[in-house]
Amino acid sequence: MRTEATGPAPEMPEKHYLNATYGIRSWLLTTDHKRIALLYLASVTFFFFIGGFFAMMIRLHLLTPNGYLLTPDLYNRMFTMHGVTMVFFFLIPSIPAILGNFLIPLMVGAKDLAFPKINLLSWYIYVVGGLFTLWSMVNGGLDTGWTFYTPFSTLYSNSAVAPAVVGVFITGFSSILTGLNFLVTVHTMRAPGMTWFRLPLFVWAHYATSIVMILGTPVIAITLGLAAMERVFGLGFFNPAMGGDPILFQHLFWFYSHPAVYIMILPAMGVISELIPTFARKRLFGYHFVAAASLAIAVIGFVVWTHHMFLTGQSTYAAVAFSFLTFIVAIPSAIKTFNWTATLFGGSISFDTPMLYAFGFLGLFMIGGLTGLFLGALGVDINIHDTYFVVAHFHYIMVGGAVMGYLGGLHFWWPKITGRMYPEWLARIAAFILFIGFNFTFFPQFILGIMGMPRRYHTYPPEFQIYNVMSTAGASILAIGYLLPMVYLTWAAFYGKVAGDNPWPATGLEWKTQSPPLTENFEVTPVVTWEAYDFHNRPDLGLDVPAGKGSPGVVAPAHGDD
Amino acid sequence: MHRTGALYGQFKTLEQQKDTATLGMWIFLVTEVMFFGGIMLAYTINRHTYFHAFAMGSNTLSLGLGGFNTVVLLASSFTMAMAVWSAQTSKKGLITLFLSLTIFLGFVFFGVKYVEYAQKFHHHLVPGKTFDIFYCVRNPAKCSDIDAADMAKEKEEIEAAVQADPDLNAHAQLYYSAYFGMTGLHALHMVIGAGLLFWLLKESVAGRFNAEWNNPVDIVGLYWHFVDIVWIYLFPLLYLIDRHK
Ligand code: HEM
Ligand SMILES: [Cu+2]
Repeated sequence: MRTEATGPAPEMPEKHYLNATYGIRSWLLTTDHKRIALLYLASVTFFFFIGGFFAMMIRLHLLTPNGYLLTPDLYNRMFTMHGVTMVFFFLIPSIPAILGNFLIPLMVGAKDLAFPKINLLSWYIYVVGGLFTLWSMVNGGLDTGWTFYTPFSTLYSNSAVAPAVVGVFITGFSSILTGLNFLVTVHTMRAPGMTWFRLPLFVWAHYATSIVMILGTPVIAITLGLAAMERVFGLGFFNPAMGGDPILFQHLFWFYSHPAVYIMILPAMGVISELIPTFARKRLFGYHFVAAASLAIAVIGFVVWTHHMFLTGQSTYAAVAFSFLTFIVAIPSAIKTFNWTATLFGGSISFDTPMLYAFGFLGLFMIGGLTGLFLGALGVDINIHDTYFVVAHFHYIMVGGAVMGYLGGLHFWWPKITGRMYPEWLARIAAFILFIGFNFTFFPQFILGIMGMPRRYHTYPPEFQIYNVMSTAGASILAIGYLLPMVYLTWAAFYGKVAGDNPWPATGLEWKTQSPPLTENFEVTPVVTWEAYDFHNRPDLGLDVPAGKGSPGVVAPAHGDD
Repeated sequence: MHRTGALYGQFKTLEQQKDTATLGMWIFLVTEVMFFGGIMLAYTINRHTYFHAFAMGSNTLSLGLGGFNTVVLLASSFTMAMAVWSAQTSKKGLITLFLSLTIFLGFVFFGVKYVEYAQKFHHHLVPGKTFDIFYCVRNPAKCSDIDAADMAKEKEEIEAAVQADPDLNAHAQLYYSAYFGMTGLHALHMVIGAGLLFWLLKESVAGRFNAEWNNPVDIVGLYWHFVDIVWIYLFPLLYLIDRHK
């Protein structure tokens, strides 16, 4: 099916990072970035399914206008714990800590990240933070919303706020250390010839993400720290009774949490920047612009935060400025979208599963981003703030964008991670199920939001029911869509067809070593003499290049047949 | 990753390893700036809003103890710098000496901080239900550690402050939230620093550091200086601004 199929069938390498050592200790004490990535994969998946369970409870409850499943108090807990789990314990670590961890050293041609022990430490910190939060969930739950707004969270809530806040606080440090590790690695660990502008855009995206992580996460840490101390020891910064200011909490919270949405989406954009050139067999259009757009997003993302607070009574002048800046931050995202699309033009496109996810990403991210502009427009936001429109907006980006990118990346690099191929047709079907389920779940929510259904309420007027039923039905389809890859990817890790070093083939350094790689990644340190995504000057890829070196001609598509 | 002598397996040269570690520490310090930045912002906004309560809060701190601790920390920065220098020039005995001195000065700081914190508990100046900015002026007998002249002055100041800000007690709690929040976090960083220094001490006694290999001393030094600099900000913010006008 792929071009390689003509040669002899590839065999599993004798020695690789998975069979280098055995036993539980060799995993729990590993400093190998690839094994740590798998530790993250297991724990992040665990939290994904916990968060998914809460989501199903929400959707089932909203099947009928008066909801028969949950009490109001429980409903509050469900959407809160859903948000906290998904944002802090699934989406933020997902691509960086799993794929980034696994791939960045390989992509820059290094033996490991700069600080392997710190890398392991960040996984343990993540787990400890996760345990605190789980503890809060089973001992009273959490009902503040994922935003932990004061003074409700500090003074009034009867749920287990303190352990949850401490858990999120702790987990923040794992994110900080991961970002630090990536930044330093990209600066000092690149192989000879791997110049900045030969780096894959996946690495650029993670570089930008890491900047956000190290500048933003400490601010949420201190903010949640202060909130926790307020709840436990009676500090007063957010307590109006002492003259403190609850709105200050919102400012500090969003100062991190808007940039944090870019922690979630930038890595997914990085994945898409790898998928599209590979399956279009073309150098990415406007490489430098896409790299610069990542940095621009990281920087501008820090100056838009009060678009979450247009209705808090902030000064009109501030609101206008932040509305304007919100429009500005959409530009680099649009640049990327146009460049991905332009890459397709004249390419030899093949429709392997990762590419299906990339297409899904393009469409859904575009809807999510554009509706973000609606929300950033002052007059519009007054009407649809805190409605289901907002819920639909951020799910289009976080689930339609980030999670699609994550799954696309997982399929794309699964042969590298495990040495084996996933079942292609089953995977394509799952990708379709996900796409359909996703749109069924979240598109009706745009309509609900426009009709005026507020978010976070446990009942609604009967005229909203039809859209809620659609949404719940879609969520059930979506759930199947998520279970499928989990099952067949696990199966493929053990029984899939042996993949070979470079099954697609793709151009990155990670494909120049065996699959699965050795513990040291490369037998000899590679020397890079080619530009990123250059299919024309890479005879080693074994592609059919028509008119010789440097030819602008079209490279044959991945499948001979389509 | 395997380690060959001082060189960890992921690096090619000691120089690369040194650059990497140093860059890592600088980036970490950037995250620390953002971390302290959040609480300093909260401080700044409230200092601006509740000017009188904050000035009154400063008045209740002991300039002598705070000033002494500032000198102690500056001295510890000096001894730390000397430890780095000794390592760079392979003076093994001196590394151990200066590291020990730095640790000693750190503990002097903790001791003084303990005295200060204890006083605040004693004077009902810890945010919470028992907080009472008037406690000492109303119960002079219970605050015998404040001498009569100071007490008279405090009484005068507090009366003026209440005139300007009738809700003084509530707002003074914000000052003390900032005081305990900021000095507490700073102290926590010192504790971590002291732990790192003990580790360095152990390594230096084992003779690990020399002109070739002294990077741990260097980067722990960076951290220690950073923690000192934080105090250099905290001291004026908490003790000096608008004190005893
Ligand atoms: C790139 C990934 C993005 C993610 C993950 C994301 C996520 C979110 C989230 C979680 C919220 C809801 C916060 C809450 O009220 O609890 C939100 C709201 C908002 N988003 Fe986005 N967003 C993204 C991109 C954008 C873009 C590109 C724009 C605009 C150009 C935008 C504009 C807004 C605005 C204005 C709101 C506030 C709506 C309101 O509460 O009234 N977002 N977004
Ligand atoms: Cu935002």
